[in-house]
Amino acid sequence: MLTRRDILKAFVGLPLAALACRGPARTDSIDGEIVGASNEIGHILRDRRKFEIPSKSWKEVDTVIVGGGISGLSAAWKLKKEGFEDFLVLELEERAGGTSASGKSDLVSYPWGAHYLPVPFAENEELVGLLDEMKLVESRDESGGPVVYEQFLTRDPEERIYHKGRWYEGLYLYAGATDEDLRQYEAFYNEVDRWIAWKDAEGKRAFAVPVANCSTDPEVTSLDKISFGEWLQRQGFTSERLIWYCDYACRDDYGLRIEQTSAWAGLFYFCSRVPTAGEESQSFITFPEGNGRFVDHFAKELGGNLQGSSLVAEIIPGESGVDVVYLDTRTMAPRGVRAKKVIFSAPLMTADYLIRGFTESPSFDPKEFRHNAWFVANLFLNERPKNRFPRDFPLSWDNVIYESNSLGYVTATHQQGIDYGPTVLTYYHPMAEEDTLTGMRKLLSLGWEELADICLTDLERAHDNIRTATTRIDIMRWGHAMISPRTGFVWGGERQKALEPFRNIHFAHSDLSGIAIFEEAFYHGLRAAEEVIEQG
Amino acid sequence: MNRSVPLLFLNVFVIATCGLIYELLAGTLASYVLGDSVTQFSIIIGLYLFAMGVGSWLSRFIESHLAERFIDIELAVAILGGFSAPLLFFAFANVSYFSVILYGVVFGIGTLVGLEIPLLMRILKDELDFKELVARVLALDYVGALVASILFPIFFVPTLGLVRTSLVFGILNAIVGLWGTWLLVPLIKPGRLLFLRIKAAIVITLLVIGAIKADSLTVLAEESLFQETIIHAQSSQYQRIIVTRGRTGFSLFLNGNLQFNSFDEYRYHEALVHPAMIAFEGDPKRVLVLGGGDGLAVREVLKYPTVEHVTLVDLDPAITDLAKDLPVLAELNKNALTDKRVEVINSDAYVWLDRAESADFDVAILDFPDPNNFALGKLYSTRFYKLLQAKLRPDSTVAIQSTSPLYARNSYWCIVTTIEASGFGVRPYQTTVPSFGIWGYVLAKNGGVEIPDSIPENVPLAFLDDESMKGMFEFPVDTSRPDIEIEINRLDNQALVRYYEAEWRRFE
Repeated sequence: MLTRRDILKAFVGLPLAALACRGPARTDSIDGEIVGASNEIGHILRDRRKFEIPSKSWKEVDTVIVGGGISGLSAAWKLKKEGFEDFLVLELEERAGGTSASGKSDLVSYPWGAHYLPVPFAENEELVGLLDEMKLVESRDESGGPVVYEQFLTRDPEERIYHKGRWYEGLYLYAGATDEDLRQYEAFYNEVDRWIAWKDAEGKRAFAVPVANCSTDPEVTSLDKISFGEWLQRQGFTSERLIWYCDYACRDDYGLRIEQTSAWAGLFYFCSRVPTAGEESQSFITFPEGNGRFVDHFAKELGGNLQGSSLVAEIIPGESGVDVVYLDTRTMAPRGVRAKKVIFSAPLMTADYLIRGFTESPSFDPKEFRHNAWFVANLFLNERPKNRFPRDFPLSWDNVIYESNSLGYVTATHQQGIDYGPTVLTYYHPMAEEDTLTGMRKLLSLGWEELADICLTDLERAHDNIRTATTRIDIMRWGHAMISPRTGFVWGGERQKALEPFRNIHFAHSDLSGIAIFEEAFYHGLRAAEEVIEQG
Repeated sequence: MNRSVPLLFLNVFVIATCGLIYELLAGTLASYVLGDSVTQFSIIIGLYLFAMGVGSWLSRFIESHLAERFIDIELAVAILGGFSAPLLFFAFANVSYFSVILYGVVFGIGTLVGLEIPLLMRILKDELDFKELVARVLALDYVGALVASILFPIFFVPTLGLVRTSLVFGILNAIVGLWGTWLLVPLIKPGRLLFLRIKAAIVITLLVIGAIKADSLTVLAEESLFQETIIHAQSSQYQRIIVTRGRTGFSLFLNGNLQFNSFDEYRYHEALVHPAMIAFEGDPKRVLVLGGGDGLAVREVLKYPTVEHVTLVDLDPAITDLAKDLPVLAELNKNALTDKRVEVINSDAYVWLDRAESADFDVAILDFPDPNNFALGKLYSTRFYKLLQAKLRPDSTVAIQSTSPLYARNSYWCIVTTIEASGFGVRPYQTTVPSFGIWGYVLAKNGGVEIPDSIPENVPLAFLDDESMKGMFEFPVDTSRPDIEIEINRLDNQALVRYYEAEWRRFE
């Protein structure tokens, strides 16, 4: 049995754990719960139970989309736009969204996961079309790129970082940086700029969104063979705060440490959203509820084609079509759909649990698609978190603690312009473990009490009043949060295999890019929808 | 012991001086920050004397180790009395139950000081006749009080200030304690001597550090502000509100920043309100005032008999309540906020505009504090002006207070540029408000606006006439639009807050 001290030590480090354990845990006066009960339900799949379905519980649909995350919703949205109505999205949770899910309090909406989208380049026409449809775009700039209304772009102040008792503006810790630190920081960005400007013989960028548009030239793809940590070392980067900055970037986007992340993925983070060398990265589109805004838009467009509380238990490819067996999670009654085609937009590692006959003749190795675990906590505060010093940089959208293993927190009220009084903070903590399975088991072994204590202890180092200001903490444990672009994964060949359909089952998920971002999920959703339409 | 007796009488003198100084400090500080010096001094003197009585009575329970207890008490007085002024200033700035702390500290010091003389008399009782003892101790006690009460106002407060005075007398008190460990050696157990001396040394060190660091204590910021008498002070949910009275009238400070002085506020508010009211074509009936919870802009608006409804949106209910209830302020704004035409809404103007139903205002007056933080910066953004536009008629006029075009030239022109970028036609203007300096505003209207030039006869003004109104729209060279490219203030860049910070930092 782990003690409170052991748990805190593992998550927030020994000094803080020792300090916190001198007093009582003090979560008694705070309400809250673990939300999203699907962990237990989802694991029913692993038992590979067979269900008997009464004949009246079968219906026929042309296409079934398995999974209502961004990729499944995008596929459905595309089908609908193309005038294709005979489809059904089956989503495990009551509400769709996957890791872009969101919640809502009386005060403000808040995210449960993904919370921004960088403004796409003009070339990404389909995605720009979605933004147009959502009335987020004011006009076009001179190069044809979308100009997004300012209220949907991250409101300044965007980021701040906490180090040794003080908050500073930005994510790179300038305070106390030596000349050598600054030289390396500049040299790092020169290297990033070199890759931004790099084009292969066909004129393709080294790093582009979606990943499908990236160059496949070995000069670039060979970066996938070493870790980002090793790449930094080979380039002669030793500055502690630069290494921290890169490590933070990897934890933030991938839930991985620099030693685990492929150098290709590390550079992808810095290069893919910058239009041309020397320019700033694209602004972020964000909402109080994060990417939940996109989910809600899709859900509204889809209407009755989207069906929640439906746990797909088995996908059975046959001669002429595909049968999909699912459980209505409200009644646990089994039901079936006879479809011609399936878009599989669940995490790919579930393929051999879900698809009958896949294990016997796999078209790719599902075990290569490794997801890491995260937990996300929404803290409901009755007042603002206090800074220790009046001249500290003020509460921002993204608030990061240098010394912490967590990613800090995002302020939900920030984008609404609500700058006083109660607020909701969304705290992100990836389980950046050596082995993804260990991370998930460790996470699932912890209950509300322990996880709430971890986030309070972590935030308490920056905010004395966090325990008294917090009235409620809800926690989401993401057992399989997102694909890990580990060394060798993105260009190792396995994800390319999954681009091919397995009989009438088309795969659509950000897993197929190796990078779990909205644009990739959207891209693969649209691609799979097009394949389905083409198939007729 | 005999030879130490005269020196012990010197101690009585020092103790008496220190005791009275703490009392005077508490009284002065209380009347500084709470106002009403008669009440404050009266309560504090009474409470202090009563506490001394309590202390004297408690002395009967101290049976043994008199010398050691006496030294302990000296050190306790040194700590509590010495840190009393910084503690009280800090408490005033940070807690809402300041008077509880004030009276608690006064009572605590009084009790400890009340213990001193009875104990000392008991220590000395074997050395002198009772007759002699009482005469000398009490005489010196009163002499000490006289010295303290004369030097306090003419020397200590002017040269050291309250915080240092308190720390210096704390040090004196502690030295008496330390010195006592030598004077009273025969009465102290040898084993306890070193312990007592170490304690005393620690107390003295703490107080000396306090005295050296006194200037850097942030609490002093408020002490310097209070060169004028404070007539009202409170901490609201949003800000520190202080009203002071000085030679030229009274002033309102929010978080230490001057909002107005009653001597010349009419210049500021007439210039803010009337150009927009007059520039409106037709009779203004519905007016929106954003910020301006002091009610002074509303007072100017209500001078127009055609006005039927004024909506005032100010963040802080403490300010709008003060404008209604503080007699000097209500008198100055002519009870504007209790006028039945006026509706007061307490909300962040940005959040209110974002949620409000469209409301067809004829004129809007924007009277926000200067954009010195991001929460205020959003109230000067393109998004904010566009939200505002949606709540107005196509022919509405708007006036915006826009900081100083002299002290913060880029900030001023950033506001002008931002209003233009939001689709308004603009007329920048400026005037002089002695308390602030050269002050800037913007008059705005869809499709542009003529310079207003005729003040209605039925609107009585103290500052503006037709000529001076036109003159406000002239910009001399040092305040005119700079040649550099000025950024537009958007929510996602908050350029204005950055200009403002860079420009005002030069004057700090």
